[in-house]
Amino acid sequence: MHSKASLGLKITATCGLLFLHLPILLIFVYAFTTEDKSYQWPPPGFTLEWFGVTWNRPDVWEALGLSLRVAAISTVIAMVLGTLCAAAVARFKFFGRETISLLVILPIALPGIITGISLRSAFNIADIPFSFWTIVLGHATFCIVVVYNNAVARFRRTSGSLVEASMDLGATYFQTLRFVIMPNIATALLAGGMLAFALSFDEVIVTTFTAGQQQTLPIWMLEELVRPRQRPVTNVVALLVVLVTFIPILAAYYLTRGTETVAGQGK
Amino acid sequence: MSETATVSSRISDSFWRRPTILLLLLVTPPLLWLGIVYLGSLFALLAQSFFSIDEFTGLVRYEFTLKTYAELFRASNFDILVRTIVMASAVTIASAIIAFPIAYYAARYAKGRWKAVFYLGIMLPLWSSYLVKVYSWKLILAKEGILNWLFETLHLSWILQAYLAIPVVGGNSLSVSWTGTFLVFVYVWLPFMILPVQAALERVPPSMLEASGDLGASSSQTLRHVILPLALPGIIAGSIFTFSLTMGDYIIPQIVGTSARMIGQAVYQFQGTAGNIPLAAAFAVVPIFVMGIYLTLAKRAGAFDAL
Repeated sequence: MHSKASLGLKITATCGLLFLHLPILLIFVYAFTTEDKSYQWPPPGFTLEWFGVTWNRPDVWEALGLSLRVAAISTVIAMVLGTLCAAAVARFKFFGRETISLLVILPIALPGIITGISLRSAFNIADIPFSFWTIVLGHATFCIVVVYNNAVARFRRTSGSLVEASMDLGATYFQTLRFVIMPNIATALLAGGMLAFALSFDEVIVTTFTAGQQQTLPIWMLEELVRPRQRPVTNVVALLVVLVTFIPILAAYYLTRGTETVAGQGK
Repeated sequence: MSETATVSSRISDSFWRRPTILLLLLVTPPLLWLGIVYLGSLFALLAQSFFSIDEFTGLVRYEFTLKTYAELFRASNFDILVRTIVMASAVTIASAIIAFPIAYYAARYAKGRWKAVFYLGIMLPLWSSYLVKVYSWKLILAKEGILNWLFETLHLSWILQAYLAIPVVGGNSLSVSWTGTFLVFVYVWLPFMILPVQAALERVPPSMLEASGDLGASSSQTLRHVILPLALPGIIAGSIFTFSLTMGDYIIPQIVGTSARMIGQAVYQFQGTAGNIPLAAAFAVVPIFVMGIYLTLAKRAGAFDAL
């Protein structure tokens, strides 16, 4: 076999990557356009005006605040539940282990609309009014899998003999947890948490079913997409959302780099 | 030894003697959460699909019936199912074709810094905001947008016009055609296909390709008879995502596409404005059912090892 890639492969691979990235780059250009009535290309001129307009929009701030709060709390819940589950699946062999790993993956393997409408009909039946917490309930459920995936991979690579050695040397379970297990899995947990945060921050399909009157930032964007009110503001918000989600992803990448833990695999 | 230390070491000892206690402590909270919140809701949904809506009062009648499922086979509803499944299949095939070279290059040739570039190059689009990605295509496909501008500048508008004149896939403009919907779907779900294919290809030992070459196979023969069969579990694993995600999506066809609905939109409208929750539930059961068959077949093909 050749050790160098053929020209055809190089071209198709490059085109594929360009196809993935050019549309996102377009968002960066549109945020600065002076055109405010249509999606005209090329933009007639460039301005920073719309950043100021967006800054003064209370609805954007409210939606952003709600999204951040929902993402933070869902991430914490998902981190606790995902880590517990990963520890059990990685460390023990028990009846129903396969079922548990399937159960964790299910909320993300089935289309989001099913999770959404299921939760909604359950809330209706149980007479639970829509609130901040109904949104969190949905988000935490599908965020568990991301933390679980990262944690389970790390647990599997951390040798069980480390734990045994610690206990043989007289440490209790809690000391072992604090001084041996935690330092070993901390970065994987942090990476899982970052990705869970990004996932929750961006989620829209389940949220439309579990939110009442509240608007998370993605719901705000969806409204603007369906019924555009002020296009330039949407452009700017889109740019900010891209930037905000890139930070946790890059952080997760650097945290798990060189450990063969593919942090984002199976979103 | 202080009081707390004794307690903690005693608990610790009991964990050691009976690991089952520790196991129960670990699995109970996530199991309760997923069992009650998720499975509970799923069953609530399933149950609703066996009710029906009273045609006179418009209220839900809480009696067991299969009438609602029979309604799925009414021509207008059945069209929605067929349309969605055809779209999901087309998107899956296209994603596999576009994903393969990227995954192959990333797995076989990208080394060192380029490996990281490829990894992030796939990961960033995967994790970027779904709505922003859809929005970017609204910008691209708009009549005054970049794609039309490109065709005009290159004096190739006639190709676009000829394509749009084709029935079914064409339409007034790309943003209100099935082609538009299809493009956005492929774009949004492509990274979900690349990752498992890449993972499968990375497991192919280079010595196997050398052996194939030594035995006289040309590179295209090696590709067909060695690489593709070994990549197949990865492709199937990726197709689980592309197929399932396309089948359940209701936002993309709403923003880019024709007025004809897909399953997701039908579910959304029946549970919302139409207030026909049983029918919405029955529609939602279709993707669960299809994915059930799909997952069983995929498992038999060994796709789960590539996940």
